[in-house]
Amino acid sequence: MNTPNDLLYAKSHEWLRLEKEQATVGITDHAQSALSDVVFVELPKAGRVVKAGEVIATVESVKAASDIYSPVAGTVVESNTTLSSDPGMINREPYGQGWLFKIQPESPKPNGLLSATDYTATLSS
Amino acid sequence: MLSGIAESPLASRHAALGARMIPFAGWNLPVEYTGLLAEHKATRQAAGLFDISHMGQIHALGAGALPALESLLANDAAKLKDGEGHYTFFLNDQGGVIDDLFLYRISAQDFLLVVNASRHREVLQILKPKETPQVHFSGEPGTTVGMALQGPKAASILQKVLRVDGTKIPPRNHLTSFEMESGQVWIARTGYTGEDGFELFSDLKTGPRIWDRLLEAGKAEGLLPCGLGSRDSLRTEAGFPLNGQDLSPSISPVEAGLAFFVDISRPRPFPGRSVVEPQKKGNLSRICVGLKGQPGQPPPRHDYPVFQNGKQIGIITSGVPSPTLGHGIALALITTPPPACGQEVEFEVRGRKVPAKVSHRKFLQNK
Repeated sequence: MNTPNDLLYAKSHEWLRLEKEQATVGITDHAQSALSDVVFVELPKAGRVVKAGEVIATVESVKAASDIYSPVAGTVVESNTTLSSDPGMINREPYGQGWLFKIQPESPKPNGLLSATDYTATLSS
Repeated sequence: MLSGIAESPLASRHAALGARMIPFAGWNLPVEYTGLLAEHKATRQAAGLFDISHMGQIHALGAGALPALESLLANDAAKLKDGEGHYTFFLNDQGGVIDDLFLYRISAQDFLLVVNASRHREVLQILKPKETPQVHFSGEPGTTVGMALQGPKAASILQKVLRVDGTKIPPRNHLTSFEMESGQVWIARTGYTGEDGFELFSDLKTGPRIWDRLLEAGKAEGLLPCGLGSRDSLRTEAGFPLNGQDLSPSISPVEAGLAFFVDISRPRPFPGRSVVEPQKKGNLSRICVGLKGQPGQPPPRHDYPVFQNGKQIGIITSGVPSPTLGHGIALALITTPPPACGQEVEFEVRGRKVPAKVSHRKFLQNK
């Protein structure tokens, strides 16, 4: 499984890329592989205020609907609208064009997230 | 196995093929190999090969086999000719489904029951007390291999492996014995995908070799090994029920829209008859219908409520985004009289109502 070192991870299999004012969120390679072919996504609207750990999006494969949790508290800036016509991008590029939404975190230093090494360790346990 | 999880006799094949395994009805089984969508498409357009070794294969043997089965099953076993099979049910006294199964008559004194893995033990518990010197039931879990070869190319692949012409392979719903790989295999022209295809029943030694032969022979035709994931999406598109969802001890086969397989024309009683007979004659409070969603809308799923004009009229028993159609499809248990085909209803997803239309349960009309 691909787990880039420059990202932060939630135990619930979301990744967070911290940028200057905002952060990008997606699901991990492990998560997309476990879900298999994604066929539908439901993403948050810009302006939505969320708590860390709150259900913020849904990713559906043929088999099942899976809740996506916000890894941080903050305000949604933008959702990846291209996924509605091409949800399979999540499988092909989970860390790239398959990102889910951008969020302005409440705190510049979010708590409770894991490094790539620590996240990988949770997968084998 | 009394406890824990059983491995399929084809487990080493699944590992070699890189399958992702999941627990299902007490078995460790492949959910997908190359990917659910690719496997679904391969079965619709070419062929798919499924491990169904978890399904119970029970033989009813002896001169008393037919009367025993006639008194236990909802369809009339006496209708079957040698080499013929039909879909039938074990019902409880309330008319609910204990198990749905395929019953084949091999001969007057040998019937094969192919039952769901999740109900295998329960079915044996129903059958065993009926044993007499004239009828014996055999078929413990884990003692057989089963596989399903499904798809428009299934017949040509099977003929290639058997080295026979099309006249030798069984017609729809029939079963024939063949010798393969120095062992015996029963081949039935049945399946759970809505495609032409076969189910092959063999022993632990012969079965895995047949699996290898079919995979090898099918490769050039586009055959893929297929897991439980595509098995479920394929059967839903075909409108076939899954026991535990569309059928249960509290859902009768008439309510599930399967009255055709409940035979009340014979005088003999069978469990649940007093409930399903009036249902079949029209005294029915709910009935299974198909629902079609729309592209771009969230797909329907098991247990989502269904509404018409804001009033709940039923519940979805199976739902899936149809890989073939590109929109959601569902089987739903609806209060009678159900809205006619084409009528608009809604189902509720995460607190939001989503539009759908009532449809035939057979979602692929050309199949």
